[in-house]
Amino acid sequence: MIKFFLMVNKQGQTRLSKYYEHVEINKRILLETEVIKSCLSRANEQCSFIEYKDFKLIYRQYAALFIVVGVNDTENEMAIYEFIHNFVEVLDEYFSRVSELDIMFNLDKVYIILDEMVLNGCIVETNRARILAPLLILDKMSES
Amino acid sequence: MVVPSLKLQDLIEEIRGAKTQAQEREVIQRECAHIRASFRDGDPLQRHRQLAKLLYVHMLGYPAHFGQMECLKLIASPRFIDKRVGYLGAMLLLDERQDAHLLITNSIKNDLSQGIQAVQGLALCTLSAMGSAEMCRDLATEVERLLLGPSPYVRKKAVLTAVHMIRKVPELSDIFLPVCAKLLHERHHGVLLGTITLITELCERSPAALEHFQKVVPQLVRIFRTLVTTGHTTEHSISGVSDPFLQVQILRLLRILGRNHEESSESMNDLLAQVATNTDTSRNSGSAVLFETVLTIMDIRSAAGLRVLAVNILGRFLLNSDKNIRYVALTSLLRLVQSDHSAVQRHRPTVVECLREPDASLSRRALELSLALVNNSNVRAMIQELQGFLEFCPLDLRADCASGILLAAERFAPTKRWHIDTILRVLTTAGAHVRDDAVANLTQLIGGAQELHAYSVRRLYNALAQDISQQPLVQVAAWCIGEYGDLLLEGSCEETEPLQVEEEEVLALLERVLQSHMSLPATRGYALTALMKLSTRLRGDNKAAILEKMPLVERGGPQVDEEAKESKEAAPVSTDPQASKLLDLLDLLDGTSGDAQQPPPLDPSPEGTLIHLLDLPCAPPALAPIPNLKVFEREGLQLNLSFVRPPGTPALLLITVTATNASEGDVTHFVCQAAVPKSFQLQLQAPSGDTVPAQGGLPMTQLLRILNPNKAPLRLKLRLTYNHFGQSVQEIFEVNNLPVETWQ
Repeated sequence: MIKFFLMVNKQGQTRLSKYYEHVEINKRILLETEVIKSCLSRANEQCSFIEYKDFKLIYRQYAALFIVVGVNDTENEMAIYEFIHNFVEVLDEYFSRVSELDIMFNLDKVYIILDEMVLNGCIVETNRARILAPLLILDKMSES
Repeated sequence: MVVPSLKLQDLIEEIRGAKTQAQEREVIQRECAHIRASFRDGDPLQRHRQLAKLLYVHMLGYPAHFGQMECLKLIASPRFIDKRVGYLGAMLLLDERQDAHLLITNSIKNDLSQGIQAVQGLALCTLSAMGSAEMCRDLATEVERLLLGPSPYVRKKAVLTAVHMIRKVPELSDIFLPVCAKLLHERHHGVLLGTITLITELCERSPAALEHFQKVVPQLVRIFRTLVTTGHTTEHSISGVSDPFLQVQILRLLRILGRNHEESSESMNDLLAQVATNTDTSRNSGSAVLFETVLTIMDIRSAAGLRVLAVNILGRFLLNSDKNIRYVALTSLLRLVQSDHSAVQRHRPTVVECLREPDASLSRRALELSLALVNNSNVRAMIQELQGFLEFCPLDLRADCASGILLAAERFAPTKRWHIDTILRVLTTAGAHVRDDAVANLTQLIGGAQELHAYSVRRLYNALAQDISQQPLVQVAAWCIGEYGDLLLEGSCEETEPLQVEEEEVLALLERVLQSHMSLPATRGYALTALMKLSTRLRGDNKAAILEKMPLVERGGPQVDEEAKESKEAAPVSTDPQASKLLDLLDLLDGTSGDAQQPPPLDPSPEGTLIHLLDLPCAPPALAPIPNLKVFEREGLQLNLSFVRPPGTPALLLITVTATNASEGDVTHFVCQAAVPKSFQLQLQAPSGDTVPAQGGLPMTQLLRILNPNKAPLRLKLRLTYNHFGQSVQEIFEVNNLPVETWQ
């Protein structure tokens, strides 16, 4: 089960955070700083899976942004690794070459996409067209 | 001045523009105030904007609980855009612990029953994220209805909401169980994925469900096959593998179903073999599927050939250049090493290679696996490798590595000598990280190996001569030298080079250990014991020299400090209570200055105290004795003063106050206080007691110390309080007729 999904940039600023299990707000900040610290300290050749307390962290770096997913023991790390890339590809298609600024200024849309893909810690949809369909309808509605 | 409220984008811009934390906080607080105001009386149409801003702020870590009621209002509104933000807010801000969350139940119910897919989707999403047990119970029937509804979009969400509900309220699994079989016929991958998750959850929760679903294993196998073989449907394929996520989920479910169940395992065997051989592992997605396959093979009752295949796949993973793959391979091998030891042994060389990884996670895994792979035949080679690793490994792994090596050595040591060598090497490389009982173990081991005494003491001596900083090593070496010092000095030993060691060298080495500030107290203890033992075992003429060395720095140093500390503590304690009461006495003494001044410093300077205190026990009363003085008598109670001027310190006067009681009744609660003029320094020590027994019983004594640096004429005032014959008495008087010798 996915415990949390974070997008943090190199300076440690959280760009997106979704927790699938309740965590106190002050603990969240602590968690995010520690997580980003352990991810930043890894060199490029090191593997993308870290053990942190009782989670496993799977991270991928895209330019200056780290996407970190915390899972519990039962998940297949490599599947989650693939999932992160899938997520980024979806974002890429929606925003046409997504950048950090796109994510920052359209945070609600990114949340919608994430909610389409992950429900309560489980992956539900991975097909790009199906994920973006409701969002495109929403955009059309708000334009008209 | 009212600053107009910002749009979300502008707010983000401003926060980005803030250069310091304080500035950012300021912007956010200003904005929160706006948001609060607009919630109270702002335009309802703009409310969703305000809440969106609030959610952004919440993500940055600032409190946002005042937005909870707004979420409820927005959810209840008919507009989609309001609902969207409201539900998002509910997911982020509300949870079971807040009281407000129950209020959403009704809104969710309404939203679930109306036909608009998007809205239903939102409601389901929120319900699955933060639904509490009561909410789940209320809404279970709604969700079940939606499971069978027409739209796959809603269905896939409903399925996962059902998963959440089962997690919260396990009894609801009865409702959802029958639906699963129907859902398995789905073609839509999203729903299928959700269904598999649901079934997985059900099986994990209850063994009855597990049995029920074991019947559907053939169906799952069929689904899997269609998935893999119907060409590359580009819809769900990721780098050439069609829907790896679904494949992984099915494999996981198969694993749970096949565990400990022969029949299911058999039906899966073919499929697993096929997947294991045919999956394309050039990309990560393929490797993910393969990894899951291997895990499944290992967990179910699979054929032996299949298991060997799985281990080989893992071995192949180990050689892969991608770090991630190597990591998962090492993790799985660790899980397997208990059950399939011989199969894993085949890959031992590769595992040992991985020890040299610069990556910490990988080397940790490799270390654990290597330690698990050590057995009788490969112990020498393995320990050699591990010791090489110990020298270069990162600090946090050292303790584990060291204790692992020691344990393995204990279990598999081929010869005692090798064992001792190994432990010695570990102690020299990583002595500080070794567990405490290693020293005890080693000493016992050496003690037991009689034929190796000479050898071990020689090696330890050499090691110690080079380096005295590793505490466990020093302790063991010291012990050994003490026990077998005679063997060391004998000169010849066939297993090491002949070494001529003189007694003085040994003693010098032990002395170095004692005096080094790196040595712990325990180590010094060992060294001292060793010296004592050596004094009996070595030749006699050195005895005197050794005995001279005995009262060494260790005992002397701390003791001096302790004495000084005790006296310093005693001194202020005894004088502080006196200070206040003496104030009035002093006013009378110093007639000239009437204002309440601080009593003369009753804590004399520390250095002065030290010297005087240390003199105290040894210096006997010397020189011409000054005559005693009787200063007080009343009803049988008599007070005498005796004076001593220690020879070394001209300014010091010691007065002993002796109280004797010749009367019929006891004197109790006797307190004597004294005051001197300002130029003097007075110190009262604790009295011997506060009771003077009747009829010439044991007198009470109290010592007064007076420092008189200016050699001024001494004046002394005494104040007595006591109980005698049932009455409390207080007396204040000045001591007259003080002999001149007391102050000159």
